[in-house]
Amino acid sequence: MSHSSMTAGLSRRQFVQAGGALLFAAECPITFASKANAAGGGAMMNSFVRIDPSNVITMLANHSEFGNGAYTVMTMMLAEELDVDYRAIQVEAAPTSPDYYSPLFREYLTAGSVTTGSTWLPMRTAGAKARAMLIDAAAQDWGVAQAELSTEAGMVHHLATKRQISYGQLIDSIHRLKIMPPETVSLKDPSEFKVLGKPTKRYEGAAKVDGSAQFGIDLKLPGMLHGAIARPPVHGGRVVSFDATAALKMPGVVKVKAIGAGVVVLAKSYWQAQKARGELNITWDRGDNDGVSSEQFYSDYRALAEQPGILAEDIGDALGALSGADRVIESVYEMPLLAHATLEPLNCIAQVSENACTIWSGTQYQSNDQEVISRFLGIPQEHVTVHRPLMGGSFGRRSSKTADFTVEAVEAAMGESVPVKIIWSREEDIRSGHYRPLFVHKMRGSLDASGMPDAWHQVAVGQSLMQGSKHDPAYMVRGIDIYSLDGCLQEPFGVFPYGTSYQIPHHRVESHNAPRVGIVPQEWRSVGHTHTGIAYECFLDELADAGEIDPLELRLRLTKDHARMNRVLRVLREKSQWDEPLGAGRGRGMASRIYSVSPIAQAVEISVADNGDFTIDRVVCVLDCGFAVNPLGIEGQVEGGIAFGLGGAAFGNIDIVNGEVQQSNFHDYPVIRMPQMPKVEVHILPSDEPPTGVGEQATAPIAPAVANALFNATGRRVRRFPLSSQGFKLV
Amino acid sequence: MKLTVNGTEVNIESEADTPLLWVLRDELDLVGTKYGCGMAQCGACTVHLAGQPIRSCVTPVSAAEGKAVETIEGQTDAAGLSAVQRAWLETDVAQCGYCQSGQIMVATALLKKNPAPTDQQIDTAMAGNVCRCGTYPRIRKAVHLAAKLIATEALV
Repeated sequence: MSHSSMTAGLSRRQFVQAGGALLFAAECPITFASKANAAGGGAMMNSFVRIDPSNVITMLANHSEFGNGAYTVMTMMLAEELDVDYRAIQVEAAPTSPDYYSPLFREYLTAGSVTTGSTWLPMRTAGAKARAMLIDAAAQDWGVAQAELSTEAGMVHHLATKRQISYGQLIDSIHRLKIMPPETVSLKDPSEFKVLGKPTKRYEGAAKVDGSAQFGIDLKLPGMLHGAIARPPVHGGRVVSFDATAALKMPGVVKVKAIGAGVVVLAKSYWQAQKARGELNITWDRGDNDGVSSEQFYSDYRALAEQPGILAEDIGDALGALSGADRVIESVYEMPLLAHATLEPLNCIAQVSENACTIWSGTQYQSNDQEVISRFLGIPQEHVTVHRPLMGGSFGRRSSKTADFTVEAVEAAMGESVPVKIIWSREEDIRSGHYRPLFVHKMRGSLDASGMPDAWHQVAVGQSLMQGSKHDPAYMVRGIDIYSLDGCLQEPFGVFPYGTSYQIPHHRVESHNAPRVGIVPQEWRSVGHTHTGIAYECFLDELADAGEIDPLELRLRLTKDHARMNRVLRVLREKSQWDEPLGAGRGRGMASRIYSVSPIAQAVEISVADNGDFTIDRVVCVLDCGFAVNPLGIEGQVEGGIAFGLGGAAFGNIDIVNGEVQQSNFHDYPVIRMPQMPKVEVHILPSDEPPTGVGEQATAPIAPAVANALFNATGRRVRRFPLSSQGFKLV
Repeated sequence: MKLTVNGTEVNIESEADTPLLWVLRDELDLVGTKYGCGMAQCGACTVHLAGQPIRSCVTPVSAAEGKAVETIEGQTDAAGLSAVQRAWLETDVAQCGYCQSGQIMVATALLKKNPAPTDQQIDTAMAGNVCRCGTYPRIRKAVHLAAKLIATEALV
């Protein structure tokens, strides 16, 4: 569908809906940052609001809720302009059709911490247009001027005559009077906001304290069978043969069959399926990845890092400056594979009929699931219906490009007359998942006479997320995956409209796409920054130390031409009492990053014992995310982002030996727990700029800030992660 | 086999070795209790058995025979949410919310034993419950608030 047909068609076509309800269209161009323009620009023409005569107000949400607060900020935006209580709005997952695709991604996808920014105008416009139509109807019905009418709590009021009417009661009038959505509408000035900018509790919070929230894993359909899959020990392995004699004798077992993902046991309950799976006797072809190991990745990548990569940025003459420098500082940083370990294990229900398929799936990426399933079954994409329950965490895992955990459920359901639900055990999740790719960064730097960084040369090596995918054209620049270098380049790159915020006179960055073997690489909360943040911010700390300049002072100088980051750093210095000395055995470190436009910086204070055990006593986080739509939600996302990044840096490690992942559950893939969680102080800078993301931002600086604090306290620099592998145990 | 779940006696048909978790979820449709790890590592499946918090993913249903099982669904009565649930809501703890049933069950048991826990006592009691969203700071706050609510309401 072309943009013009979308612009011209939708509001008219969707104006009158069956059942007397109305859909209000939001005709509004997206102006969020330059990502949209770079991705092709254009207008989003979706219908987000439905009001029915019984006065039920429904928002069709085209973004998913997995803890990110999408439903809260979107209902807040709508409620503000429509003058209703945000909690009175019913949320319904918008259908998976191009009408509802994200204007940024041009797919049905919730990712990249862009939900708030990219819905900021469409949702408010949808609410304002709906309100304008209601006012128009009431004015005509009552024969009064529109200007005399006001709205509050879902009612239109005419104060002079003390008349009032609910929105629902006006729907008939809108039909009768053939009131059309206005072409343009003015949005409230921030000074008039009653909801936006105010600390607001989670929209679906009540259902999350009484056990009634419905996650995908909780859904039950009539006659549904439960499936457990035995997966190959090595990624890419295949079933050669299997003996299910014993499994088929187990209680509740209905069927055992081989599918692409392995061997699936179908049973009346999940436990029966899981138990019977243990009785299978399977011969595997271990496939091409049998010899893969993490240590081999490290040594291959270190060797690659010595070779020239694809040149991403070359400001000044870094190679010349380094070869002429008296002293060159060199380091190699190594970051392991990481699993997402969403607490709700992956799951999907699928029902397949002759020419159609329905899935119930906690997914970030509806349009891709639809596309992969339609290709797999050979049916039209619109014959694949995606129902979306709440998700028990995602952190990137549920935006699978291969649609692995949905398409396998579809395959398991093929030939069955009932729906099939597949649940992954925690062991499957840790061993057979997709991972934050392993990365090696080779760093070289030199200083000027004043001790400031003069030349910077970085070579990044790791598996690309986007290479060869359908996102290749948008997210690869001259063969370089822009995520592999996110936050390493001083200038905007590809569709990323931001640089590091630092200015180093000679700045050269290269990239190698490591061979795609052994694993499936996948975005992990804050994506490229999970490794680039460590390499960049720790090496900057090394240069600061070599130049005998305080690391925060160094960043203040490097960002003197970047007003927003400079302000963040100045506030961090003050709020963290950065310049006050700490006692023996204690240390302080900081890092600052820009991810998806928002500048953020963190300072941490730690205490380290002689045996390397350490505690994080305090994290101070300052961020500038533009207009803070929901400060309470932002604070939660910052705390959560820090927890996620900290756990990964402290002990996150997926280790592959002979093709097999060595970890299996939370005992050997530890995650952060309550006693290890630091106190976090969040400072959101006031801003009138459009809102930008917060979901992933806080994950980016915490790992390097902690590593830098460990150096500050002990003089020992960690260059291979996790910290636990280097004798530093977070307690 | 008969179980008493949230005060109601129910007949169970699942095999005796089935973990209580899957009986609650698949047979009794009490899906507020969550599966997270299957080996007592994450606490998402926590319920009360005879008043004690236990991991239902490693507890065979036979071990619960004749004992009182309390789940998250049983925390809300005719008077509404429990003090712990209200404190959770007031503190806006949940993000994805998946772990929160287990967190609330552990916090409820903690406050019965220790009506005014310190930060450190909260950390120790709740160390077995994983929250991947990192809501730990708010869980701490909510436990303190729940302690206050319970103490205040006891005076009325």
